[in-house]
Amino acid sequence: MALSHLAASASRSSSLLKPLSSALSLRRPISGDNSPLTVETSVPFTSHQCEAPSRSVETNPKELLTFFRDMALMRRMEIAADSLYKAKLIRGFCHLYDGQEAVAVGMEAAITKKDCIITAYRDHCTFVSRGGTLLEVFAELMGRQAGCSKGKGGSMHFYKKDSNFYGGHGIVGAQVPLGCGLAFAQKYSKDETVTFALYGDGAANQGQLFEALNISALWDLPAILVCENNHYGMGTAEWRAAKSPAYYKRGDYVPGLKVDGMDALAVKQACKFAKEHALKNGPIILEMDTYRYHGHSMSDPGSTYRTRDEISGVRQERDPIERIRKLILSHDLATEKELK
Amino acid sequence: MERDLRVCVMGEDVGHYGGSYKVTKGLAKKFGDLRVLDTPIAENSFTGMGIGAAMTGLRPVVEGMNMGFLLLAFNQISNNCGMLHYTSGGQFTIPIVIRGPGGVGRQLGAEHSQRLESYFQSIPGIQMVACSTPYNAKGLMKAAIRSENPVILFEHVLLYNLKERIPDEDYICNLEEAEMVRPGEHVTILTYSRMRYHVMQAAKTLVNKGYDPEVIDIRSLKPFDLYTIGNSVKKTHRVLIVEECMRTGGIGASLIAAITENFNDYLDAPIMCLSSQDVPTPYAGTLEEVTVVQPAQIVTAVEQLCQ
Repeated sequence: MALSHLAASASRSSSLLKPLSSALSLRRPISGDNSPLTVETSVPFTSHQCEAPSRSVETNPKELLTFFRDMALMRRMEIAADSLYKAKLIRGFCHLYDGQEAVAVGMEAAITKKDCIITAYRDHCTFVSRGGTLLEVFAELMGRQAGCSKGKGGSMHFYKKDSNFYGGHGIVGAQVPLGCGLAFAQKYSKDETVTFALYGDGAANQGQLFEALNISALWDLPAILVCENNHYGMGTAEWRAAKSPAYYKRGDYVPGLKVDGMDALAVKQACKFAKEHALKNGPIILEMDTYRYHGHSMSDPGSTYRTRDEISGVRQERDPIERIRKLILSHDLATEKELK
Repeated sequence: MERDLRVCVMGEDVGHYGGSYKVTKGLAKKFGDLRVLDTPIAENSFTGMGIGAAMTGLRPVVEGMNMGFLLLAFNQISNNCGMLHYTSGGQFTIPIVIRGPGGVGRQLGAEHSQRLESYFQSIPGIQMVACSTPYNAKGLMKAAIRSENPVILFEHVLLYNLKERIPDEDYICNLEEAEMVRPGEHVTILTYSRMRYHVMQAAKTLVNKGYDPEVIDIRSLKPFDLYTIGNSVKKTHRVLIVEECMRTGGIGASLIAAITENFNDYLDAPIMCLSSQDVPTPYAGTLEEVTVVQPAQIVTAVEQLCQ
């Protein structure tokens, strides 16, 4: 009884670390636990030209708690960026990732820092999952020298060379050929590593994507094209922009997988599967079914082309952090209070 | 390619076919399909791929079968090739070489007779050079490949058949240096690429008429070698620019601005610039001839300038 009282008072203080370390003082072993756990993904995978991986994902308590912590950090970071933008401390363009955290976190769990990731302008959280610090993020957003690009890039140009994070790109779709070039270099150097080239449902209609996909398939490159489908290309819904919004099928001769992008474990499973596939058979497309709570950018309220009901509906039913929270609680890995 | 395993070549028909202008002949057989890559007709994406590969440290040489086709890759060249070094805060260098034949050929038609140097010159972060002889082609190519900066190397469709005795051994030409072709006293003629030959032809006539032109092949289109150019201006006090670029917004226009800004006090007369007409290149041979600068025009211009 006394112990839990101590734990409660400890968690009232500020740092995010406190809940976990105070949990250690209780008898249940948590943060250091690697004991295997199998969880079923929310929905089965849908595949195109390949066999879908199993719904059962191997994980462990430590990983689940790390997922929770990382996604919560990312969520708070994006909300803080929102406030800073409104206070005019961040200027220009600012595209926030809240809602999509599971993609960044799940992907990172399936790969190593030797694998490359390249994405578009909604890159704050991907940068963090590749090892970027909050200081580098906020300094860059506010145009300071301590930023990851020395303040010269801004929100859309985050890069981290030492962990193979190649940015950070403003022009829609242009990063996909770059990503295939990274995969080419990996094949050239015989690295046994892969490249994840991320793009959105809006970019999926760019010609250069299909050009790069053709070349990657021809040359057997270890390129994994990941469509983060948040269903809106700025203000245009996917059904108004794409004749065929089944983005995982648009590779035609290139296999594809549709994944619930709000389920970090499903993302992890899919990325693991994709990495194995790409190293053996060349390119594959992953479509992550995800959602962004904010508008396209800070200049977009995000409510003129979708209803507030839709947004709150997704938040209630599919929020990635809530899903992990429920998993942690149902497996008794931590208490409600610790997860605040 | 022998010296550095990171060098590879990408382009349409560069491999098995040997290159549409035979620039890469024999390389595929020697270095294999992974180092000499035949791409599909997809300039935007394979230029982007070359840039992505360069970000990791490879040194691709990307060929535009005709420079004009690279317009399709403009976004990649401008935003990614030129800017990534800056926007990443210096984390990445892009040691890529983008090259290909451009310029007006023999009745190739408007779309295959383009001069892109004027379109690319404003891109921050890239270097541009134009070769004109077998000697400087080899030297500039090697220097461009070895440079950590992205370099666009402009070749000319009509200059591939030139024959010249050049050293077998390894040598490079400085990317930022202009070439003194013919020293002189009366007038500085600045030129590059194929127009160098029209200028030298005109020079023969001019010498017969008693003039002593100084001919400089500027070679470095971005940045200009203002040291060599400046010394010449200080000596002759008269400048004629002869280029194949379009008149509006061309290399000549930028060069006039640079010389006026830096050496105005040394000029005895306004700078003259002979450029191609601001028109799409016609197909008919007689019309095509009139759209580019001919030796007779150069002679007249020098006579005018030296009055």
